[in-house]
Amino acid sequence: MTESSFLPLTKKLFAKTFIALTLLCLWPSLPAQAVEVKKVVSPSGLEAWLVEDHRNPIISLDLLFRGGSTLDPEGKEGLARMVAGLIDEGSGPLDSQAFQKELEDRAIKLGFSANGESFTGGLQTLTEERDRAFEMLHLALTEARFDAEPVERIRGQILTALQRDSEDPQSILAEAWWQHLFPDHAYGRSFDGTEDGIKAITVKDMKAFTKQRFAKNNLIISVAGDITTEDLAVLLDKTFASLPETAQDWTLPKTTPQSAGKTLLIKRDMPQSMARFGHAGLQRSDPDWWPAYTLNYILGGGGFVSRLMEEVREKRGLAYSVYSYLYPLDSSALWIGGVATQNKRLKESLEVIRQEWTDMAENGPTEQELKDAKTYLTGSFPLRLTSTDSLARTLTSMQRYELGMDYIDRRKEKIDAVTLEDLKKVARRLLQPEDLTVMIIGAPEDLDVDGVLEATTLK
Amino acid sequence: MPIQTLGSYVLQKSLEISAPLKWIASFFIGFLLFFFFLAQSQAAVFAPKSFELKNGMQVLLLENDRVPVVTHMVWYKVGAADEPPGKSGIAHFLEHLMFKGTDDIAAGEFSKIVARNGGRDNAFTSWDYTAYHQTIAADRLALVMKMEADRMTDLQLSDPVVLPERDVILEERNARIDTDPSAQLGEAMRAALYQNHPYGIPIIGWRHEMETLSTDDAMAFYRNWYRPENAILIVAGDVSWDVFKPLAEKYYGQIPNPPKSSTAQRARPQEPAPLVARALAFASDQVKSPTWRRHYLAPTLTSQGKEHALALQVLTTLFCEGATSRLYRALQVEQKTTSAVGCYYNPDSRDKTAFSFYAVPSPNLGQDPEKALDAVESALETQIALLKEKGPTEEEVNRAKKRLKAEAIYARDDLATGARILGTVLASGGSLESVETWPEAIGQVTQTQVHDAALAIFKEEASVTGRLLPKPKTP
Repeated sequence: MTESSFLPLTKKLFAKTFIALTLLCLWPSLPAQAVEVKKVVSPSGLEAWLVEDHRNPIISLDLLFRGGSTLDPEGKEGLARMVAGLIDEGSGPLDSQAFQKELEDRAIKLGFSANGESFTGGLQTLTEERDRAFEMLHLALTEARFDAEPVERIRGQILTALQRDSEDPQSILAEAWWQHLFPDHAYGRSFDGTEDGIKAITVKDMKAFTKQRFAKNNLIISVAGDITTEDLAVLLDKTFASLPETAQDWTLPKTTPQSAGKTLLIKRDMPQSMARFGHAGLQRSDPDWWPAYTLNYILGGGGFVSRLMEEVREKRGLAYSVYSYLYPLDSSALWIGGVATQNKRLKESLEVIRQEWTDMAENGPTEQELKDAKTYLTGSFPLRLTSTDSLARTLTSMQRYELGMDYIDRRKEKIDAVTLEDLKKVARRLLQPEDLTVMIIGAPEDLDVDGVLEATTLK
Repeated sequence: MPIQTLGSYVLQKSLEISAPLKWIASFFIGFLLFFFFLAQSQAAVFAPKSFELKNGMQVLLLENDRVPVVTHMVWYKVGAADEPPGKSGIAHFLEHLMFKGTDDIAAGEFSKIVARNGGRDNAFTSWDYTAYHQTIAADRLALVMKMEADRMTDLQLSDPVVLPERDVILEERNARIDTDPSAQLGEAMRAALYQNHPYGIPIIGWRHEMETLSTDDAMAFYRNWYRPENAILIVAGDVSWDVFKPLAEKYYGQIPNPPKSSTAQRARPQEPAPLVARALAFASDQVKSPTWRRHYLAPTLTSQGKEHALALQVLTTLFCEGATSRLYRALQVEQKTTSAVGCYYNPDSRDKTAFSFYAVPSPNLGQDPEKALDAVESALETQIALLKEKGPTEEEVNRAKKRLKAEAIYARDDLATGARILGTVLASGGSLESVETWPEAIGQVTQTQVHDAALAIFKEEASVTGRLLPKPKTP
């Protein structure tokens, strides 16, 4: 997939991580026999998780290299994103147009994406083109050409996309948010690249990237669809065995978000103000994960049925959308939310949200809310497994967070075991209304703020 | 941003998941683009079973046993283009209000019951249709059928629940249109493209009319259009025909068609033959990089001029979709005139639609946005002229047809895709057969037909050009 897509490019870490977590967290009680997860080991020792499904002649592969754009060198912000845009733009004997033409003519879908903490790829093919599809994936990962024409074209596309982001209020808000909460950490830098960084990236940088960041020890492979374990084992070696054993270290120093209860405003002349609020959260490996996840569902994660939705939208008509979610990172964690309300009533929205945050911290949820949350969280899992690509992405999340092949069964037990006391305890531990950082873009009326940020100074 | 024009193509009751609004919106739009692309590419792949209930409601089942889940959808053949004059937004407003309760279910309870049973639900409104859907464990199908059937004729509305929801749709308008200059230009371009047809009115509605929508307006619209003879039930998933058919008869077959107002006709004013090209420019201080867009009024599979619709799908694919399409290759790869260029065309609307182009000038065209857009416009028009003069090559046509047909196989992968495609086509006035025979029909499109389609639609007088520009700095 090239950068020709015209969709606004958002803070990718934000989006992608969120999808992955949603997959994991909305995981209910699927009978294990409905989806059988197999571990495939190739002759050379490469591993992949597979769900066989021969109903349609389609195969979906999802891959993830640990380490993402937060590792981009100083002055080269956007390197991972450039590489993602270019490794399917000419590889081995094929130049950019030849590579893209062959993908199109064989109806092979191949694309890469750089996220904050990972570099991901997706391959989808009809069974009849399977072997060539895997060869083209191999070429993209190991023999990308970085010819001058596509390099300059993709560079131009990314620069245009960055400029577009710099016009978009939600993107401006996201950028400022991360800078403010992580002023001295890679999380505070732009995940999507900067104009200066993108302009400074050379072919040498990108070639070095592919050598240092694509390796066997940071690679996760997941497959779903019309392929057997035997066939996949052979293709794994052909596709990935030539990668180096070891990738550049991808770990970041642990950090805590700087959230000291400030309300900050980015002034912009528009009829609605958009706000983001949050403070520290908890990591995916935290023993309190499931109580916190369940609690968030009740507070603001549950679509139409959350407390925030009930109070802000249903009762008062203050917003079309209001929500909260847990945002664990590899080296930190946030609990955040968002709302958009007309300027005149934003103050009221924020007061209601703060009130709900406080009430939940002090009193926790009710027994009925817990019961309803459990039936939703355990019952809705199969809804996520309705296509081979969503299955493959789900397997990648399971591997990434080291949840185990029996996770599907164990997850229900974990959620069913959560008690009201657990939720109250985690609410007291994590929900800290006085720590909430609130960042707003717009022209809110009668709102006291602790500081005004200049949008123009943002990267 | 051109894609944002599609932002109002379908409005949904609520965001699917809780993430930043813009991101979700674009995700959803992206999904729709993909989906409409697929919608052009379906065939006997879905092989639905279907029948009609005694009250006239159409029923379809797409069996799929991958996971023990069903997607249950009810589509009403009514949308924003069927609203009474002065009541813009009422179709979408009613869609929100359908969650406000019946005699049996209290306001807001519908979604809670679905969630409590491990399911998800939502709804969406287009110019041509309104649909309600739940995805849930297969053994809960009867539950959602019962609730959906209940609210088809038993909706109970009163001001205390209606008025706060009107504030919600006004916030939705703020979020989708009024904080986004690109969406504002898109709204104005549609209003200019349609000189007579209600497709020129935004689905969300014009603000001044939305502010006056009342409980009575919603109930009048509801009574006229929400009736079994005007509805389609589509279920996809892990349920057999033998189980499904009696359930459909039990829950939906018993609903009588209520009396309706004689004025409720789906006869929309049609477009006159266009005589004058239109051009709009919008400068905003929120815009930094300029964008160029153009709509051509174009036929669909069911509108006047429908003989061109299939050829237009082939044309779209070869001319402006993907990295080896003509436009991308010429403007982006060879001439380096643009940093984004493409087109979109959806043949499934009931009446004439827009064939749309978008382009972002490359930074190397210089600092003057007007001049950059002039260069882009001229480069794009040259390609259109070339296509009109010489037509596509045989190889281009064959490659495009092959790609389109492969999409028909991919479309079978996801549970809900087939249900959404069939619903869109049927609710927009298309036939099941047109979906079933689509790959064959695409296979028969000729080089000459694609050329003829280009000649038929790329006419200056049928076009609206839009320019989104940065506001000049005032000293």
